[in-house]
Amino acid sequence: MSAPDFNIKYVAHLARLKLSPEEEQTLGAQLGNILGYIEKLKEVDVTGVEPTAHAFPMVNVFRADEPRPSLTNEEALLNAPRRASGLFVVPKVVE
Amino acid sequence: MLHRLTIHELTARLARREVSARDAMQACLDQVARVDGDIRAFISHDPADALAQADAADAAIAAGADFSQRPLLGVPLALKDVLAVQGQPLNCCSKILGQFRSPYDATVVEKLKAAGALIFGRLNMDEFAMGSSTENSAFQTTRNPWDTARIPGGSSGGSAAAVAADECIASLGSDTGGSIRQPAALCGCVGLKPTYGRVSRYGLVAFASSLDQIGPFTKDVRDAATLLEVISGHDLRDASSIPQPVPRYPQALTGDIKGMRLGLPKEYMVGGLAPEVKSAVDAAVKQLESLGATVQEISLPHTDYDVAVYYIIATAEASANLARFDGVRYGARVEGADPLEMYANTRGAGFGAEVKRRIILGTYVLSSGYYDAYYLRAQKVRTLIRQDYLKAFEQVDAIVTPTTPTPAFKLGEKSGDPLQMYLSDIFTIGCNLAGIPGLSLPCGFSSDSQRRLPIGLQLLGKPFGEESLLRLAHAYEQSTPWHKEHAL
Repeated sequence: MSAPDFNIKYVAHLARLKLSPEEEQTLGAQLGNILGYIEKLKEVDVTGVEPTAHAFPMVNVFRADEPRPSLTNEEALLNAPRRASGLFVVPKVVE
Repeated sequence: MLHRLTIHELTARLARREVSARDAMQACLDQVARVDGDIRAFISHDPADALAQADAADAAIAAGADFSQRPLLGVPLALKDVLAVQGQPLNCCSKILGQFRSPYDATVVEKLKAAGALIFGRLNMDEFAMGSSTENSAFQTTRNPWDTARIPGGSSGGSAAAVAADECIASLGSDTGGSIRQPAALCGCVGLKPTYGRVSRYGLVAFASSLDQIGPFTKDVRDAATLLEVISGHDLRDASSIPQPVPRYPQALTGDIKGMRLGLPKEYMVGGLAPEVKSAVDAAVKQLESLGATVQEISLPHTDYDVAVYYIIATAEASANLARFDGVRYGARVEGADPLEMYANTRGAGFGAEVKRRIILGTYVLSSGYYDAYYLRAQKVRTLIRQDYLKAFEQVDAIVTPTTPTPAFKLGEKSGDPLQMYLSDIFTIGCNLAGIPGLSLPCGFSSDSQRRLPIGLQLLGKPFGEESLLRLAHAYEQSTPWHKEHAL
């Protein structure tokens, strides 16, 4: 079975991944194969079957609303690629 | 020769003051220096810090520390490069994390430290735990200690190889679709993936959050029981961890498996299974029968869909989890004119081929218009797969299968064909989808190759059925010679 319409450029954009033209070609072909294999799930009758998101769903997991120690500003910024004035620095967002 | 000991052998000698923790640590460091140039299991380790930890353990022992309270006191352990240890590097064997150092300890690391363990190295893995051979590491290729022309398995290949090569006494890895059990099988160690929720995932870098579990690699089953008891338990910092009391797992090793009911899934004994694996598993089943277990054929009818379901669910979750690596808060950054360009440049340069492949697949199956056809359908088939297992456990106490279809394959043999690599996980994936525990232990060696290669037997249990798995595995192990063999 062939893969459905799979636009590697569009999906790479959604995933915020810059790919080289060679990567687009190789990944596109490999993913075509994998998607073809995955098509076999269409054979299964799933009428009336509930989806499983989690093997042992835990619901309403609460904890007491009390302050607890957490990372300091300095610790949180320790691994930052760029920082200034206790903040993460990113490229300009607004003109 | 202290590096060749198990946890229980070493701690017995430490408790009797026959040896020191420093001797044990030094023996492991010497073994790393001697063999890791070939094996390449370690990404990094800090000998000075390791010896300082050992000296602290020796001081505690001299002060009369109680080994029943601190069962890992003075025991050198190493960890897969996916677990946070405060102050140590954490890279997930990816370029994208740059010079990252963990600002905090994972819950399992806190527990290991409280139990007295010496945590001294970072172990190689497939980048972000995505792979079955450890060839996807951005740093180096780990070799199988039984034959350095072959892969150690993956994704926790470094954790398995380091234990098999006696470079550490035991290690931890993580298992999302077989990443503990498969390398344990291929390197001849014991590997255990606990029930989902048994062990806290806090401080484990997430790959697929509904499937990931942390577990031990050890030289025998008793050590697996000891480590599992230390790392298990409910944790408020992991909302998916389950508030169940932790059994004294070593007490489950009674040696008595009379009347335990084992199931052989007929779907697992077909196509692609290497003859030497089949004969080793057949012999192991006979051995378990001779020890008093009963064996019956069972059916897991949706087995054929495991790999397809896994590669939808795991990649979908991974694409969401790995969105955090964007060059803003930590790790490497490749600048761009605006944030969007910076994200794409950083991720394009920082992730390796397999990670990109899975992020793209995961993004696609979650994208508008395809969600129902792929992701939702996969979650429904996951329900059917899980029901197959739970139904089987109405008849049997544990399921027995090969861990892998073949012994370790050669370096480079499957790295060009992702789908073939994915299909090498067919026996281990169902366990993660169902959330049940699984254990692999050595059950023989292949005899038709130039070098002897380990073969793994997989035992799958009911949710929270780790005690049954450990009891069966221990009884089998103690009646066979395999665990006494060392690769080097």
